[in-house]
Formats: sequence, structure tokens, C-alpha cells
Amino acid sequence: MKFMITCDKASTICDKSQYKEASFLERIRLAYHVSICESCNLYVKQNRKMSHFFKLKSTDCKKETHSLTNAAKELLKKELGNLKS
Amino acid sequence: MLENLENKLFPNTWIDCYADYLYNYAIVRVNNPDVAKDLVQETFFSGLKSAKNFLGKSTERTWLVSILKRKVMDHYRKINSIKGKAEVRMNFYSEGENEGNWIEERAPQSWESSVDKEIETSELKTQIESCIDHLPEKYAIVFRMKTLQEFGTQEICKELNISESNLWEIIHRARTQLRKCLEDNWFNV
Repeated sequence: MKFMITCDKASTICDKSQYKEASFLERIRLAYHVSICESCNLYVKQNRKMSHFFKLKSTDCKKETHSLTNAAKELLKKELGNLKS
Repeated sequence: MLENLENKLFPNTWIDCYADYLYNYAIVRVNNPDVAKDLVQETFFSGLKSAKNFLGKSTERTWLVSILKRKVMDHYRKINSIKGKAEVRMNFYSEGENEGNWIEERAPQSWESSVDKEIETSELKTQIESCIDHLPEKYAIVFRMKTLQEFGTQEICKELNISESNLWEIIHRARTQLRKCLEDNWFNV
């Protein structure tokens, strides 16, 4: 296994680490790659910022509750009734 | 007393008791009201058809959820097998001596106006929503479950029947495309 990774691989590890799920070895390889690669260095910084924004969105999403309209439920009852008979 | 331990099915009350519960379950996974509604309907239909197989070992609701889980998995398998036009354009060379390197014009660009723009949170959230809606559905589903609903990796893999490396590849593609979308529509506007 070579230690130097591609930008593709580096950004995949960076994405994984946004969820704190990159392994120790992956984090070391990413850190090394980022220290010598300008584009990926920028990617890491921007990715952190994106994660922060997604977190804001996530908080909203988790609060939402959804329900079917009464009309939809009545229709569903009717169709289920048809199936039974 | 023994017969009280056995759960029974009461299909006449299903919709009033479980429609909203199942609908919520479906919509956080497929994120489309019509698809979610269809999946719930199919769940009730399948439940009715296979009612005679109900052993009474789980509650009615748990049993219905297990049917819905299979419907969600089937739905994902279907959209996941659609190839071609919805594929994300990749940002890396896929072959040759530059394989795995950034394609120059798609490498990250610095973001200009991010500092003052962070304040407009509700606009930003709308923009994120719109960018996610532009992802191919097979990426959007995994991205939402992982990032917005914050489900565990293994849970998602099990529910959608995909491998972990597949999940990270999807997350990578989704985030790459979202980054580009936010860059074009938010940071560098």
C-alpha cells in the first residue's frame, strides 16, 4: 500500500472524516497529502464549512413532522376496502 | 392469559393508526411526498394480502414497518440501477498519468463572499435544499439519510442494501456536486 494517495482518494477520506468515520491511518494519509497539495488543502477547509451549513439544515429537517392529508387517507381507506371485498 | 401475548391484526384501523407513522418513516428516506405515499399504500396492500402469514410475534406496527422497509429497499434498488444520464460529472482524471488528480478547471476555487453571506441563514438553507434536489435521486437519498437525518452508516447500508465503500463513494460524489452547486450559486455570486 503506497502512502501517497491521489486527490480523488484524499477528498473521499476528507468526506468520510466529516462524519468522524475516517480511520487513523486514513487521517494520517490525508494530513500528509494536504500538506503538499494546495487544491486539497482548500477542499478540506471548504468541506468543513459545508458540514457546518449542512448541520444547520439537519437541525431543521429532524424537527419536521409530516402527515398525510385527510383526503389522502380517505382515498387510501377506500382502496384498501376495495381490495378486501 | 396466553392468548393476550399474541398480537392480532386489525386492518380496519390501520390507516387511522399507522398511516402517518409509516408516511414519516418513508419520507425521511425517499424525501418525495408522492413516492412516500405510494410506498405506504403498497405496504397496506401487501399487509392485507399476507395477513394470513402474520404470526403475532411482533406488534402490528412493527410488522407493517418491516413490510415498508422492504418497499424502501426495492425502491432504492430500482433507482440505483438506472445508469447514464443522471451520472455525476467527476472532478478527477479517470485514467492516464494524472489519474486521480483534479481536473484543473474543476479543482476547488477560493470562495469570495462567504463571510458576510453566512448571516442569511434561511436563504442558505433554501439554496442547500435546491442543490440537493438537483442531485441524482440515488445520491440524494443516501446523502439525506447520512447528513441530514444523521443515520448510522451500517443502518443505511442495511436498509438500502449497499456496501459501506459504496456508501462513501456516493457521499463523495454527492458532496462534490453539492460543493460545485453551492460554489456557483452561493459563494461566488
